[in-house]
Amino acid sequence: MTSASAPARDGSPARGRAPARDVAGLGVGRALGFVAPALLLISAFLIFPALWTIYIGITNYRLTGVEAVSPSVVGLSNYTAALNDALFHNALWLTLLFVLGSAIIGQNILGFTLAWVMRRTRPAVRRTVEAVVLLAWILPGTVVAYLWVAFYDRDGGTLNALLGTPGTAWLIDYPMACLVVFNTWRGTAFSMMLYSSALQAVPPSQLESARMVGASGWQTLRDIVFPHIRGHVLTNTLLISLWTANDFSPFLLTKGGPNHESETVPVYIYNVALQGGELGYSSAISFLLLIANLLVSLVYLRLLRRRS
Amino acid sequence: MRSLSRLTTVGVLGAAALALLTGCLGSSDSGSGDQDANRNADAKKVELIFGSNSVKGGKSSAGATFISDVLIPKFVAEQKGKGVDVTVKFQGDGSDDEVYKQKLSLDLSNKSGPDLFQIDGIWVGEFAQANYIKPLTETVGEAAKVDDWDGWQQIPESVQALGSYNGKRYGVPGGTDGRVLYFNKKLFQQAGLPADWQPKSWDDIISAGQALKKLSGVTPIQINGGTAMGEATTMQGVLPLLVGTGATVNADGKWLGDTPQLRQVLDFYHQVYTTGLGDPVLQREAKGRDKSFAEFAANKIGILLESDYFWRSVVEPKEGVAKMADRDSAVGWALIPARQPGAGVNGQDFVSMSGGGATVINPNTKFPQQAWEFLQFMNSAEMVKESLAGAAKITQRSDVNSEVLKSDPMLSFVAEKVLPITQYRPGRAEYPKVSAALQQATADVVGGKSTEAAATAYEKAVETAAGGKDKVTTN
Repeated sequence: MTSASAPARDGSPARGRAPARDVAGLGVGRALGFVAPALLLISAFLIFPALWTIYIGITNYRLTGVEAVSPSVVGLSNYTAALNDALFHNALWLTLLFVLGSAIIGQNILGFTLAWVMRRTRPAVRRTVEAVVLLAWILPGTVVAYLWVAFYDRDGGTLNALLGTPGTAWLIDYPMACLVVFNTWRGTAFSMMLYSSALQAVPPSQLESARMVGASGWQTLRDIVFPHIRGHVLTNTLLISLWTANDFSPFLLTKGGPNHESETVPVYIYNVALQGGELGYSSAISFLLLIANLLVSLVYLRLLRRRS
Repeated sequence: MRSLSRLTTVGVLGAAALALLTGCLGSSDSGSGDQDANRNADAKKVELIFGSNSVKGGKSSAGATFISDVLIPKFVAEQKGKGVDVTVKFQGDGSDDEVYKQKLSLDLSNKSGPDLFQIDGIWVGEFAQANYIKPLTETVGEAAKVDDWDGWQQIPESVQALGSYNGKRYGVPGGTDGRVLYFNKKLFQQAGLPADWQPKSWDDIISAGQALKKLSGVTPIQINGGTAMGEATTMQGVLPLLVGTGATVNADGKWLGDTPQLRQVLDFYHQVYTTGLGDPVLQREAKGRDKSFAEFAANKIGILLESDYFWRSVVEPKEGVAKMADRDSAVGWALIPARQPGAGVNGQDFVSMSGGGATVINPNTKFPQQAWEFLQFMNSAEMVKESLAGAAKITQRSDVNSEVLKSDPMLSFVAEKVLPITQYRPGRAEYPKVSAALQQATADVVGGKSTEAAATAYEKAVETAAGGKDKVTTN
């Protein structure tokens, strides 16, 4: 198939596009017809809101007060305010901590460990463990969040009963650690399922050979297993990082408190937008989060492409 | 050329999108301003929705029960007598005040929401500025129809301010309140403190706290602080203390900045929460205020600063959310002292803060005339009396107060001793942000920061909230 950007035969750059009729063998009109519904939906639900957010982000639009009626364009002042906003810096740092702790380290490692261990277990045991772990993934996020609130509760909470530490207010004394544990538990099922299927792609003969030559468990993982599942690791890390960075469930557990100690960026955006009514400023921060997510995605995609 | 035309296309699309967005933003003012106030005035079938942040069996249960079980049926019957078939739906809510405000704001910005709804008096200004509500005379049409209502004569002007903005009435106020120091007489007796305790300075409060500290399992003092408590921190903590230093949060159009008075208030918090007199964890919990109520009712808190709401709806023996069967003998109350005698605002020895809400009409209602009739009916002496269901409460109407407060010594105390010395919050649109900054300052101190650091950070926040350094007082 002729590529639109393919060089001409004499080695000089192609001067024009390939004939329109060459687009997947269809006419441009018909091709557009096929993608039009998707384009329409993407425009309505993604591009338009994104443009809207960008625009609101350069205004002083508020939920109440005179700026709710006649907002004015304030240029980039919301962005410069964000750069000087200690609470926003705090939220960024906490989000990074949340992603690193619960997604990149927690869900990844626990998910892989479970998948690795379960390879060799009996099917009945595997099915049982899978069912239990999957439960966290099946339950609605709100339900899971409130279960963990009860688990961490100062008065009569399960954790205090297990550890014999009555009166410890876990969500108040260690809010981020609590959120990391909660999100690790909740998201591990997805990583486990993904790694379970990835591990099936590792040739058993290579594993057997490694065993025959006396390779240690770590050597087997490093030299045989990881090279085979590297793509899965990157894909999984990308997905769960983005989910965690955008996750709003910290609000359900702590509302971002106490004293902003667990206020990740999505929670901060909510608090600024609706508790504080600052719709313009919160839109600017939302856009910054979008940019950050895009940058992270680009890094992962670059790594994936290098692998392929 | 090709890339230029592509750029042009993107540019045109972007410009179109921005134009559309600008149009959407600017459109929020249109559509409600020029409506006919007499629309549907003669309708024989009327539907109204009444919104309130109260719910049966939950938040402000008594109010919700009255509205849905008494007020609405009686109004419907009254209208039926006039040949009008009215349906009024009660849209109750049990949210935190901040959440209720968000929901309401979103509804109103979208030209929807209940036909009538109750709001906090301090929201009136910002709702009015956003055109979410309009002066009653505009919504109802004829000024005379509103101004001639005989109910206004029974509502003191200071109380009318709760539903007013820039000198115009936006709603009918629904009563006021006053703040005092409550104390647990049983714990006081155990600590050797008098049953008729009346502190004359902040030092007296600290001294009593130190005596209570000797009792096992008792938190001596509960003064709301931190961000988790929301507006309760400001109203039941910072502001009563602040007026006790002689300052107010807004004076001569300027907001309070990092002043010696603010630091005195923060020092008090520091003293209470870093020396074991208060429970700092309680201040940081999302449900800390509710827990403090439960702990007071369980004889675990010695002194607590609250409004008369605490007496009539929290520790109330039958309907309260933290019932105390022996409330009348176990709960004492005292005026909040100034920092030192005479150091309070206006040179007062004792101080207090008051608040309250108002019921307003949605300017987009289909039935403005009927909504106004409902508002008058709701605030008639008869209905206000019925809303009390035999209990005592400071109402918006003087005629009702003089009749119903006699039976309750605590509420009589508030009406007679507290209201004459009380202060109200400024009904300005910036207030919620300043209040949030005050909450943050106390959170900083309760969390262990120094008074200086908290006050400096506070001033920065207030400057942003107020819109410039020139709108903030510093000395």
